Amino acid sequence: MSLANDVVLDVRGLHKRFTLHLRGGVELPVLHDVSLQVRRGDCVALVGPSGQGKSTLMKCLYGSYGADAGQIVFQGEGGLLDLAQASPHQMLAQRRRAIAYVSQFLRTVPRVPALDVVAERALQAHPEPADGEPDDEAQHAEALETARDAARVLLRRLNLPTALWSLPPATFSGGEQQRINIARGFVEPARLLLLDEPTASLDAANRRVVVQLIEEAKARGTAVVGIFHDEEVRDAVATRCVELGTPSDR
Amino acid sequence: MTSIEPLLQVRALGHRFPSVRGGPWAVCDASFELFAGEVVAIVGESGSGKSTLLNAVGARLRPLAGQVLYRTAAGAWVDVHAAPERQRRELARSEWGFVEQAAADGLRLNVSAGANIGERLMGRGDRHYGRLRATAADWMQRVELDPARIDDAPRAFSGGMRQRLQIARNLVTQPRLVLMDEPTSGLDVSVQARLLDLIRHLSQRLHLCALIVTHDLGVARLLAQRTLVMHEGRIVEQGLTDRVLDDPQHPYTQLLVSSVVAP
Repeated sequence: MSLANDVVLDVRGLHKRFTLHLRGGVELPVLHDVSLQVRRGDCVALVGPSGQGKSTLMKCLYGSYGADAGQIVFQGEGGLLDLAQASPHQMLAQRRRAIAYVSQFLRTVPRVPALDVVAERALQAHPEPADGEPDDEAQHAEALETARDAARVLLRRLNLPTALWSLPPATFSGGEQQRINIARGFVEPARLLLLDEPTASLDAANRRVVVQLIEEAKARGTAVVGIFHDEEVRDAVATRCVELGTPSDR
Repeated sequence: MTSIEPLLQVRALGHRFPSVRGGPWAVCDASFELFAGEVVAIVGESGSGKSTLLNAVGARLRPLAGQVLYRTAAGAWVDVHAAPERQRRELARSEWGFVEQAAADGLRLNVSAGANIGERLMGRGDRHYGRLRATAADWMQRVELDPARIDDAPRAFSGGMRQRLQIARNLVTQPRLVLMDEPTSGLDVSVQARLLDLIRHLSQRLHLCALIVTHDLGVARLLAQRTLVMHEGRIVEQGLTDRVLDDPQHPYTQLLVSSVVAP
């Protein structure tokens, strides 16, 4: 495996099919020979009608779906890694900091306040105490406060009312939950940022904030892959559009 | 990251209960590894062998086949079931914790909450009353129990409070590995949420490894980075929790995932 210096992600001949054992083993081919290269500062928009596997590709990149064939070469922390072959621990290590994913749904432990849902990602990104080390309360409190500060900055930019920060997001509206998810994705700069319709439930003002956040991430060198059904947002952020073809054997 | 050493290795573990002559293996050919700082869930239906596997890993049951290797705080690998009983007991009360499904099984109901928490510290040789009491009060606070109730017996506690007390009792010696058998089942939803939050928080803060048996896929989703799926005594699938739940490969896992409302 090798990649040019500024290439963050190189998907080569990716195939993904679902085998439904409960339906007599029927096979649903979704991704057929998908190849895609994303460089630092690129924002690739996946386009095309529903059912072409846009979300499936995103989940393969994040490791939530396995790949049947092909490579997902990622210039990660500690060198090149084929995400299609990565072990769970390798994938988790990349997710801690290098790969961020803003999904359409927010799933959180019920009692955790919105601010900490966001801060958690920033906290995780920084080295944990090594095996066997005593837990240092003061050090943890400081790291938590730093992470919360970063979370506050984003929640403020995304116009989430401060009254909500200390509440768990389960009862929030769709748009509020989406902003928590966005803040979580942006709170720690990633090498690869995956955005699955990040503006679907947002008003125009917050859409503009998200566009700004994406532009800032690109300027920092983050490689972005996204699904943007909102054409205005897509035109504003995408450096390139990629259409996933219909699997020929479907 | 890939080169870090596991904390525990389970190799080809198998067990059959002698009372069931010629019966099926309760656990068959189970192999997996655990690492510091991670939460791993074992899911599967009742009778799939989850608890038997957990008990064999925790040396509460001697398996008929296979090995459990544990790396101690001192860095030495111990073949848990081949080790002398004394060493197993020592590990169980210092480096390991075991949280029972029924808190009553894991607590001494007639002695005070404080004494329940202090017991493991005393087993370690700590005899200073004031310090034991202060540590117990501190742990009651950490699991959100009112330290003013330090002298109450757990008999007077609700189910959720007992479960939190059991967790405090286990974690007070800062174990490196905690095994939990359905820690949240049978509790009200709100109490369950509080317990989930607590377990997640403690595993992150204390860098401990937790192996949790649960039939609740939602619990696995929220707590565990990795999940093992058991079916008829075998681990049929294991991997990242979101991968196992969102892209299940084994027919049984597909059935399990499709059978719940929102996994």
